[in-house]
Amino acid sequence: MTLRGQDLLSLQEMSTADMETILSTARSLKEILSRPIKKVPTLRGKVVCTLFYEPSTRTRTSFELAAKYMSADTVSIAASTSAAQKGETLSDTARNLEVMGVDVAIMRHSVSGSCHFLAKVLDIPVINAGDGMHEHPTQGLLDIFTILEHKPRIRGLKVAILGDILHSRVARSLIFGLTKMGAEVAVAGPGTLLPPYIEDLGVRACRRVEEAIEGADVVYSLRIQLERQNKGLFPSKREYRDFYGLNRQRLSLAQEDAIIMHPGPMNRGVEITTDVADSPRAIILDQVTSGVAVRMAVLYLILGGRE
Amino acid sequence: MARNLLIRGGRVVDPASGFDGVADILVSEGKIARVGQDITPGEAEILDASGMVVMPGLIDMHVHLREPGFEEKEDIASGSAAAAVGGFTAVACMPNTQPALDSDAVIAEVVKRAAETGLCRVYPIGAVTKGRKGQELAEMGEMKAAGAVAFSDDGSPVSTSEVLRLALEYLKAFDCVLIDHPEDLSLSEGGQINRGFVSTVAGFRGIPREAEEIIVARDLLIAGLTGGRLHLTHISTKGSVELIRRAKEKGLPVTCDCTPHHLLLTDRLVLESGYDTNTKVNPPLRTDEDLEALRQGLADGTIDAIATDHAPHHVDDKWVEYDYAANGITGLETAVGLIVDRLVRPGIISWTRMAETMSLNPARILGVPGGTLAEGAVADITVIDPEYEWSVNPREFRSKGKNTPFEGWRLDGGPYATILGGRIVAKKRCLVS
Repeated sequence: MTLRGQDLLSLQEMSTADMETILSTARSLKEILSRPIKKVPTLRGKVVCTLFYEPSTRTRTSFELAAKYMSADTVSIAASTSAAQKGETLSDTARNLEVMGVDVAIMRHSVSGSCHFLAKVLDIPVINAGDGMHEHPTQGLLDIFTILEHKPRIRGLKVAILGDILHSRVARSLIFGLTKMGAEVAVAGPGTLLPPYIEDLGVRACRRVEEAIEGADVVYSLRIQLERQNKGLFPSKREYRDFYGLNRQRLSLAQEDAIIMHPGPMNRGVEITTDVADSPRAIILDQVTSGVAVRMAVLYLILGGRE
Repeated sequence: MARNLLIRGGRVVDPASGFDGVADILVSEGKIARVGQDITPGEAEILDASGMVVMPGLIDMHVHLREPGFEEKEDIASGSAAAAVGGFTAVACMPNTQPALDSDAVIAEVVKRAAETGLCRVYPIGAVTKGRKGQELAEMGEMKAAGAVAFSDDGSPVSTSEVLRLALEYLKAFDCVLIDHPEDLSLSEGGQINRGFVSTVAGFRGIPREAEEIIVARDLLIAGLTGGRLHLTHISTKGSVELIRRAKEKGLPVTCDCTPHHLLLTDRLVLESGYDTNTKVNPPLRTDEDLEALRQGLADGTIDAIATDHAPHHVDDKWVEYDYAANGITGLETAVGLIVDRLVRPGIISWTRMAETMSLNPARILGVPGGTLAEGAVADITVIDPEYEWSVNPREFRSKGKNTPFEGWRLDGGPYATILGGRIVAKKRCLVS
């Protein structure tokens, strides 16, 4: 059990073998979610702490439910109500939690690299639940898990990732995870939202979304952060929708059995039209279910489960 | 009266005269009395320098001593001690203090405090504009009279082309150099590290090299327009080296420096160190291509000086999330070891070139004493032990700033003795009382 006691900070730094271990563990744990009594004693007596310096509904709930389904105790710290408002440093807040007996810290933070910093501060393992524009590794893993529920393998799969690649931690984790497992990834979005040297990550960068979608097996729409518009990174929601939005017409360029994904929350009518988001090919809610299973696997493997 | 001092049997490297050979140096009454073979010591104290390299005292033309206003990071006494044990006999300190060094009164205070400490010469650099706000010229003439040797709004670039033009025109009468920090703030705003592959992987807004090069180009054009004396500090990109090389070929009276960290580190360290905030510095660590261009520029004379941009910070300013961390690397106590071990010993630059870029040229650019071992010159001398084996341990620093990305580096070569006005102030990285 190589992951035991380890931090989970990024997929860039994770071996393919570790990714496979998490995915296969998630596969066996997912069954618990469909039981009438969703509770196993695996992590009884363990304390899981979520530390969210940025608002989140989905990810935090997903981690907390994953912990609770395995009988761990959970504590949740949200920055708006925490000592951060009183000027306490991240290091102090986290060390206080550690000495109270927390076994693992799950953090979301608006600054890239914050989980790496937290891992230096704490002896207990740290799980990255999204750090700035860097990575969101459990999202990347749950996305791969979900793809594998619909496609036989990742190797050779054509995946199009559309939207704000520059600011997206989801995109980075997905790119690292998918390319390690052999997918052919294409990205597309407004020029102002594509990071420099993106092709050096082993992906194809397209100027037009149509080029990326052409022949794709998976079409992944990213959330457009509307506050970016104020900074002049794109002119208007309307123009974004017209040139970069995922709609039925653009989707017709993909493989007939292409699946549609989105990390949520969606801006319907901007990056994705409602008819596409709600179509049978969309597996957006499956992603959410997978999220719980993958996070159960991560907690189980890191906290050691049965000893 | 202090005893005479005989520095015996060292390899004397004096770029001002071109001399490089084994010789004795006799120091008397704070001045170099004689350089020659087999000098009789008489009553003089003897410093055995066999196996050592003896060069004119090193001058760091870009440091932040943080006083007044940020004494938790550094003060003139701790910074002077760091300089002395690091092998420097003089430093020029930047005006981004609180209040800024923008009046003769504050300059005079720095001069006074430095004299009280007496461990190294401290040359204040005055602000170009009042409060470093980039609007009205500061009283540079009065500051010069109080002891300022150069002018800069460092921490920020001189705000606009017009303010720079006025400052360069105005300074001609005072024969002082204007030192600019080249950064286009609109391009660098929000950036944490160099814009490139690493910023994409690490998830940071990047600072493009062009943010520096645009202001380098602007400054060179304004220097041409005015004929004023311009020095560009901490240049970090290949493009800057090329722009300055071309300007020098055209005969522009421009000089520049770069830092040891830009000569030795790249942005990859941000990832390799797991986002260590000691890698956060402005300008940011760049790429191999830039590092090579800087080394080339240093060797071929395009880059005139090595300056540390010694930027000490309190641990509280660094032990935080990357975006919240302060920019800067403490440099006075690592520079000699790094330059000797990584550039001189491997033959990238010669001992003479090291002495030129760390002593002679800074003295000439700033117009201060030193930089030479000529008879009659002030006896500011740095003795370097090229075989001294040590590793960088910030807890041993005399500087209050422990912020270094070089922690744990094993180095061959370091300062052996620092001689200030004929007096040994530091030996083997310890102060001599």
